[in-house]
Amino acid sequence: MENLEQLRDELLSQVEAVDPEELEALRVSLLGKRGSITEMVKGIGRLPLEDRRDVGQQLNVLKTVIADAIDSKKEALDAQTLDAGLAADRIDLSLSQRPEGVGRIHPISQTIDEMVAIFCEMGFTVAEGPHIESDFNNFTALNIPPEHPARQDHDTFYLPANEKGERKVLRTHTSPVQIRTMVNEKPPIRIVVPGRTFRADHDATHSPMFHQIEGLVIDQTTHMGHLKGCLIEFCRAFFDIDNLPVRFRPSYFPFTEPSAEVDIGCSHEDGGLTIGAGADWLEILGCGMVNPHVLENCGIDSEKYQGFAFGLGIERAAMLKYGIPDLRTFYESDIRWLKHYGFVPLDVPNVAEGLFR
Amino acid sequence: MKFTFDWLKEHLHTERPLSDIVEKLSMIGLEVEGVEDRAQSLASFRVALVVSAKKHPDADRLQVCMVDCGDGDPIQVVCGAPNARAGMKGVFAAPGSYIPGINVTLKKSKIRGEESNGMLLSEREMGLSDDHEGIVELPEDTEIGIAAVDVLGLSDPVIEIGLTPNRQDCAGVRGIARDLAAAGLGTMKPLDAPQTQGDFASPIQWQRDFPNDAQGACPLVVGRYFRGVENGPSPQWLQDRLCAIGLRPISALVDITNYVTFDLARPLHVFDAANVKGDITMRLAKDGEKVLALDGGEYELESDMTVIADDNGVEAIGGIMGGEASAVTENTTDVFLEVALFDPVRTATSGRKLGIMSDARYRFERGVDPESAFWGTHVATKMILDLCGGEASELTFAGEMPNWRRELRLRISRVASLGGLDVPGDEQVRILADLGFDPVDEGDNICTVIPSWRQDINGEADLAEEILRIRGYDDIPAVPLSREAVVAMPAWSASQRRESAARRILASRGMTEAVTFSFMKRKTAEIFGFDNEALAVDNPISADLDTMRPSILPNLLEAAQRNADRGYPDVALFEVGPIYSSDEEDGQANVATAIRIGKQHSRHWCTPQRDVDAWDAKADAYAALEAVGAPIENLQVTMDPPQWFHPGRAGVFRLGPNALASFGDIHPATLREMNIDGPAVGMVVNLHLVPLARKNKAKSGSGAARPLLHLSPFQAVHRDFAFVVDNVVSAGEILRAARSADKNLVVDASVFDVYEGDNVGEDKKSVAISVTLQPTEATLTDEKIEAVVKKITTEVKQRTGGVLRG
Repeated sequence: MENLEQLRDELLSQVEAVDPEELEALRVSLLGKRGSITEMVKGIGRLPLEDRRDVGQQLNVLKTVIADAIDSKKEALDAQTLDAGLAADRIDLSLSQRPEGVGRIHPISQTIDEMVAIFCEMGFTVAEGPHIESDFNNFTALNIPPEHPARQDHDTFYLPANEKGERKVLRTHTSPVQIRTMVNEKPPIRIVVPGRTFRADHDATHSPMFHQIEGLVIDQTTHMGHLKGCLIEFCRAFFDIDNLPVRFRPSYFPFTEPSAEVDIGCSHEDGGLTIGAGADWLEILGCGMVNPHVLENCGIDSEKYQGFAFGLGIERAAMLKYGIPDLRTFYESDIRWLKHYGFVPLDVPNVAEGLFR
Repeated sequence: MKFTFDWLKEHLHTERPLSDIVEKLSMIGLEVEGVEDRAQSLASFRVALVVSAKKHPDADRLQVCMVDCGDGDPIQVVCGAPNARAGMKGVFAAPGSYIPGINVTLKKSKIRGEESNGMLLSEREMGLSDDHEGIVELPEDTEIGIAAVDVLGLSDPVIEIGLTPNRQDCAGVRGIARDLAAAGLGTMKPLDAPQTQGDFASPIQWQRDFPNDAQGACPLVVGRYFRGVENGPSPQWLQDRLCAIGLRPISALVDITNYVTFDLARPLHVFDAANVKGDITMRLAKDGEKVLALDGGEYELESDMTVIADDNGVEAIGGIMGGEASAVTENTTDVFLEVALFDPVRTATSGRKLGIMSDARYRFERGVDPESAFWGTHVATKMILDLCGGEASELTFAGEMPNWRRELRLRISRVASLGGLDVPGDEQVRILADLGFDPVDEGDNICTVIPSWRQDINGEADLAEEILRIRGYDDIPAVPLSREAVVAMPAWSASQRRESAARRILASRGMTEAVTFSFMKRKTAEIFGFDNEALAVDNPISADLDTMRPSILPNLLEAAQRNADRGYPDVALFEVGPIYSSDEEDGQANVATAIRIGKQHSRHWCTPQRDVDAWDAKADAYAALEAVGAPIENLQVTMDPPQWFHPGRAGVFRLGPNALASFGDIHPATLREMNIDGPAVGMVVNLHLVPLARKNKAKSGSGAARPLLHLSPFQAVHRDFAFVVDNVVSAGEILRAARSADKNLVVDASVFDVYEGDNVGEDKKSVAISVTLQPTEATLTDEKIEAVVKKITTEVKQRTGGVLRG
C-alpha cells in the first residue's frame, strides 16, 4: 500500500512539472486505454480475492486524484495561455469609435414642444391653420377693419388678386386660427396655435418669417384672473423660475378688450441679461379678454361666452431662455450653430422630466 | 409721444416725484419708453465767466482763456471756439466730468504746451444739438457758478411714452394728465380757453365743397383772421419745451401751432393771409394737382385726398401738412387760423400714399376730439394774442359738429365677471367721472355718455377696461384655470404627431434639423415644379424670396452649399415643414424633407469613407415612413421619381397609387443649375398622405392593443437560392414571388447578394436570396422542405423568368 501512496506523490509531482505540450501525452500514458494506472486497474483481477476490494478502492482513489490533478493543471495552463494571448492583444482606445452621425433638433421645434407640454398640462390642445389666409380671417374678423391703423403696423405680404379681386395674405400672426376654431367649433374652447407667421420686415431684430404661439380659451366663466393665473404659471414653468416676477400692463390690441402686455422680471447687471427677479422688466407677450366683436364675428354669443387670448414669439422666448443672441441665425442653417444650440433628438420635452435642459 | 415733467404739471396738480409718475404711467397703459433727466446727466456743468482770452502762443486757432466759475480762482482752459472772448459767459466742464456729446470723460491736459484744466462746451458737446459753431453763450446777467442746466431750461425731465393706436386723447399732454389724475396721482387744472369775441368780420371765410359721399372728409372747420400780429421768436419757456421734445423753434406763430398740437392733441394751421387769394375752401383734390409742402417736397395729389385751397390753388394737404406758398414768415402781419376736423381713415390713407408722417397726421388718423374745433380755436386765439399781439376777427366756420355722443351701459357686476376684480359701484363711477365720462349710477348698471375725446370707447368691455386699468391690473387676483380632466388629454392630434415622429427619427439618424423660409427664389422654385402664379408673392421683401416654396429640397441644398463654402462640405440636414401648391387651404402640406451631401461621414481611421448614395436616402425615407406609422410591408418601390431626381438612381415608395415618399440621388443637372457641388441625395416624405392608424371603434377599448402574437415552438429553417434573371427584373419582384409561394410558411425573404458578370451571361444577373420558413404545427421534415423549395423555385420562375444558378 505504501508504494501506491508513493506512486501517487510521484505522479502528482510529474503532473505539476509537466510542460504544457506534454500534458495530454502524460494523461494518455497514465489514464489512457493502455495507461499505467489503467493497466493497474485491469490487474486487480489477478490479485487474491480478499485483496481485490481494498486495492480496487485505492486504485480508484488514485485514478480520480490524478485525473483531477491533470484537469486542474490543464485549466491553469489554459488560463496562462489566455493571459499571455490577452497581454499581447492591445488596441489604442484613444482612437475614435466608428462614426455615427449626431443629429440635433432645431431650437424652434424644441421650444414649441416645451410650450405645448406646459399648456397640455392646463388642458389645451393644439390647433393649426393655413399660412395663406383670407384678409377676413387675418384682419377683419379680428376687429381690424381695412382702414385700421393696426393693419399698417403688420407689414403684410400679399399674394396676387384672384378673379374676384380678393388678395390673400401670408398670415401676419397665428390669430386667424382663433377665428377658424371659433367658427368651426362650439365652446368650451381651449387651444394653443404654434406656427409660422410672416411680415415684410427684415433687419437685425425682424425676420420676414418667424414663429408665434397663440392661445385661446372660450367658455362662460373665464375672466382676467384666469388669464393671469394661466400666463404666470406658463412663464414660471417655461423659464423654470418658481418666483419669476410677472406683471400685466394695460395695452391695446384690436382683438382683445381689456388688453394687456406681460413683462417678466430681469436684470441687466454686468452687461448681460438674466431672467428672474431683478431691477428691470422685459416684455414677453400680449394678451387680453377676447373682444366681443370678435366673438360675434365668429357666430359666438358674446352675452353668453367670454374668454382670453394671448400670443408670443417663439424665437424671442427661445433667445431669452437659451441665450441665443441673434434672431437671423435661426434660419441660416449653419451646421455649427445648429449643433451648438440644437437639442438631442430623444430629449422630447415633457413635464414629467422637466422642461429645462 | 414726448413731454416734460413741468409741462405735465401745467395740467396736473401733483406733489408726486417723477419716479411715481413714470411707474404709474406704464401701469395704466401709457408705457414709458424712456425718461431723460438732463438735470442729472448735465448736473456738473456750471456757468462760468471768461475773464481773459489770449491767443495761444503756439497755435493760430486756439486761445488760452482764464475762466472763473464763481469760486474766485480763475482756471486756465485752452479753447478752440472762435466765439470765446473775454467777458462772455459760457458753460464750463471741470476735469473728471463726462461730456455726453463726444462720449469722453475729461482729464487735465496740456495742449501744445499750455495747460488746460477743463472745457468750455458747445451745444454738440452737451448733447443738445449738432451745433458746433462755437461754445454756448449765456446772457450777460447770468449768475456764475450755478448749474448750467437751470439757466438753459434743461432741468425739466423729458418723458417718452409709446402710445397705443386707440388713445387719441393721450397724443396731448392734457390727456395724459387726466389719466394720471384718475389714477390718484394728482388733480386736473382747468383748461384756459377764454372765448374772445372778434372785433371785425373775417375777410377770409371758410367754405366746404365736398361731394355727397365725402361729406365726412372734413365735417367741420373753424377759423378766424388776425391782423397786426408780430411774428418774432416765441418766448424762452415755449422754445425750451419744444426743444425738449425734439422740435425746432421757428417763430411764435409756428411754435404756437406745434405747442397746441402736443399740449392738447389739437393740430392747428396758420396761413399768411397776404398770400391767400379769396376764400379758403375744404375740398377733395383734383387728380394731378400739386402742392409744395412745408417739408420742401412737391407732392402730386389724388382725387380722394382732402385739400385746403384758395383761388391760387392748393394751399395745404388736409390734416397732413401745410403748403410753402402761404406759410407764415417773420414778416407776416395778418394770419388766418385753421382749426379743422379730418376723417381719420382718409387722412391715414392720403398720408401713406404721399409718404408724409407729420405730427398732425399722427393725431388726425387716431381721431381728434370733435369739440376741439371750437375750444381749440379759443386756446389758439389766446396764445396768438398773448404772444404776437394784434386783433382777432369774429369766428368763421363751415360744416357742423358731428354727432359724437354715444351712450353706453355697464353692468357693475361686469367688471368682476370679465375682469376678475370686484370693484365697488361707487368706485367705478368715480373712475369714469375722473376720466371725463358722465356716469349715472342706476343701481345694477352705470349709464354714461363717452367723452368727446374718447371715440375709442365702443362698448361695455371698453368701460370695464377703463375701470380695471385705472384701478390697476396688479389688483386682479390670479386664478388657476379650471381643469376638465385631472390627467391632461394629449395636446397633439394623431396627424400632428406624425411631424414630431418624423423630426425625432431623422435627427436620431444623424441629421440636423433646419428651419428655412417658406418662400424662395422664383427661378429655383421653377426647377422644383413651381407652376402656380397665385403663389408668387406680390410684395416680396427681396427677389430671392418672392415665391412660395413648392419643395423644401432647394432650401436645404442651398444651406448645405453655404456650409460647404464655410468649410463644412459633408452635412445631413432635414426640415419638417410646409410646401405650397395652391393658395387654397388644402394647397399647403407638411412634408419631411432631408438631404445628405458630400461624404457619408468624415474620414475615419478604420472606416472607409464613401459618397452619400441613394441607399442612404432610401434608409432615411424608410425610417421616417416607419416612424410615422406607414404600412411598411405594403409599400412598393417604383422607379418614377420627380424630375429633380436622377432618373435611374431614385425611386418612390408607393401605397397603391399614393406616392408616400420619393428618394434618391438629386439630378446632376439640378445640382449644376443650382451651383451645388454634390454629390447629393435627398428624400421627401409626404406625411399628410400617410394613413393614420385607425382606431377600431367597433371593438371596446382604446384600439391600442396589438394583434395577439403566436410564437411557434418549432425550429425555423433557412434556405438560400441564387436565381439568374434578366437584369431588368427587380429584386423586389423575386422576393415577392418567393414570399407568395407559401404565405403561411415563408415568413421572411431577403437578398444577400447580387452579381452581374461573365459567369451569368450578358444582360443577366444573379440574385441570391435567403428564405426563412417558420412551421407552426410540427417540425419541418426534409420532404416538406423540399416541397416548399420547389414551390419557391417554380413561383420565381413563373413571375420573373428566373432560373436557379447552376
